[in-house]
Amino acid sequence: MKKLIAILALGLSALGFVGTALAQSDAASPPAAATATAAPAPAAATAPASAAAAAAPAAPAAPVPNKGDVAWMVVATMFVIMMSIPGLALFYGGLVRSKNMLSVLMQVFVTFSLIVVLWCLYGYSLAFTEGNAFIGGLDRVFMRGMFDPAKGEFAMAATFSKGVVIPELLFMAFQATFAAITCCLIVGAFAERMKFSAVLLFMVLWFTFSYAPIAHMVWFWMGPDAYTAKEVVDATNAKAGLIWQWGALDFAGGTVVHINAAVAGLVGAYMIGKRVGYGKEAFTPHSLTLTMVGAALLWVGWFGFNAGSALEAGNSAVLAFINTFSATAAAVLAWCIGESLVKGKASMLGAASGAVAGLVAITPACGNVGLIGAIVIGFVAGFACLWGVTGLKRILGADDSLDVFGVHGVGGIVGALLTGVFNAQSLGGPGLVTDWVTAAVGSNPDGIGAQVWIQLKAVVLTIVWSGVVAAVAYKIVDLVVGLRVTEEEEREGLDISAHGETAYHN
Amino acid sequence: MKMVTAIVKPFKLDEVREALSGIGVQGVTVTEVKGFGRQKGHTELYRGAEYVVDFLPKVKIEAAVDDAIVDSVIEAIENSARTGKIGDGKVFVSALEQVVRIRTGETGKDAL
Repeated sequence: MKKLIAILALGLSALGFVGTALAQSDAASPPAAATATAAPAPAAATAPASAAAAAAPAAPAAPVPNKGDVAWMVVATMFVIMMSIPGLALFYGGLVRSKNMLSVLMQVFVTFSLIVVLWCLYGYSLAFTEGNAFIGGLDRVFMRGMFDPAKGEFAMAATFSKGVVIPELLFMAFQATFAAITCCLIVGAFAERMKFSAVLLFMVLWFTFSYAPIAHMVWFWMGPDAYTAKEVVDATNAKAGLIWQWGALDFAGGTVVHINAAVAGLVGAYMIGKRVGYGKEAFTPHSLTLTMVGAALLWVGWFGFNAGSALEAGNSAVLAFINTFSATAAAVLAWCIGESLVKGKASMLGAASGAVAGLVAITPACGNVGLIGAIVIGFVAGFACLWGVTGLKRILGADDSLDVFGVHGVGGIVGALLTGVFNAQSLGGPGLVTDWVTAAVGSNPDGIGAQVWIQLKAVVLTIVWSGVVAAVAYKIVDLVVGLRVTEEEEREGLDISAHGETAYHN
Repeated sequence: MKMVTAIVKPFKLDEVREALSGIGVQGVTVTEVKGFGRQKGHTELYRGAEYVVDFLPKVKIEAAVDDAIVDSVIEAIENSARTGKIGDGKVFVSALEQVVRIRTGETGKDAL
């Protein structure tokens, strides 16, 4: 453990040093930075920065961000921080035994912080700059070129509307919270038995080789302003991520966040093995009160997550907002109805789980489906995820401690597929942009089936990619530091054995 | 002297205390306990995991009393703790050899 921390610290400080050096060299050569005014900047980052570059020929003046958009995205970013810590941490923490409460809070808290740092250093660049169809490049490593202190200029990132931009640093911060919470989600699958050092080392590997590529494949494109004429469409499309090129719809991260994390969690549950006493002793949640508080914070925070994914304060954000609201409520009802019918009683844990199931399922759909479609997705997700944590869990046979796969995996898949159904305008959906040159909107011309097929391909690729990366990463971690704590430490509880403290004193 | 030990439902504790005070019992010791008897436990369900809770919470009341009032003590506990439903508890009576009041050094009946 001490060795690992030392290695991490060394690595980080080395990175930091290089970063400083790079930043300085950047400042020394002003034209290099992709500030809003710098013309065809180095191929630019995320859909984003290219916006400034591409817009340049058409309009001499670079677009200026709207203060309302900036304010909304700052708030949305903070909302996602809140839904992670304390929201997700408390939701998970309440579900474990009291002797492991602090270990879960710590794993979520420190994973979140670790990923934010890695995101700033290189993750953002790998996910949101131009590279190939699978992974981005290194243009934005160490946040290069996003802020020019000499001129006081900030690079701009594109949104989904032509001529509308937000500061790229803000886009990066917003996306940092996504990367961080995705990694935190995995913690639930191997809670109560994994070494703290192993958790962190795994997160570094999985984040680098699964989160960043999947985010690039699903979300990276050149931005609407890059589509200046019919002739450039094919070339511009070709620069986007693979899954984006397929035409998959994922508004706020059904594949990137939930399926991605859930598969990594499930693989972990298999490879790390069951908790000592699983199936023999009672693993009762120690505080469903805190779990309810966590679920409620998740619900509120998720408005930043989903509505914020519109990247501007407009109609699209409002559609995502109301859908996130109604689908979640529908899923709570569905889970409670399902529990009442099957088990005879509706439980608090069921209601909280239903809320999360609905939130997960509506995530890819929120800005892509209609109003009734969202409620249907919520209902279906509530029932599907109830099966995910009962019937499916028995079939899988893994000790996925806090049902990461049952809720996030099943909910994510249901949401991703139904997004393809309810996107159609014939079913009340908003449709998709069929031509980015004119920004024309319509349903998938090949029909609902075709869109669902695209969605399915995105789901399968994410499952396979994340599964393989996770398996290799766990194997490496096992060889380097070992995955599990000893049985004695596990029985004592990770709070004391791993962190030297106790959550509650009577 | 007798030691009367009663296991009763927790929400009946106050009624039992009042009844005992009413017949002149000077003090009791109360402990929160868990156990099982003819009353079955219950099951708790957390998502897919079902746990049977065999041990139910009860309150144990211990009172050291003079032989003269032991029958009325038992009767008072019975009447105050009874709901008529399964799980009302039990009363155990055992012989008590010696009692000492620590402050004064009194022993036997005087110490009760």
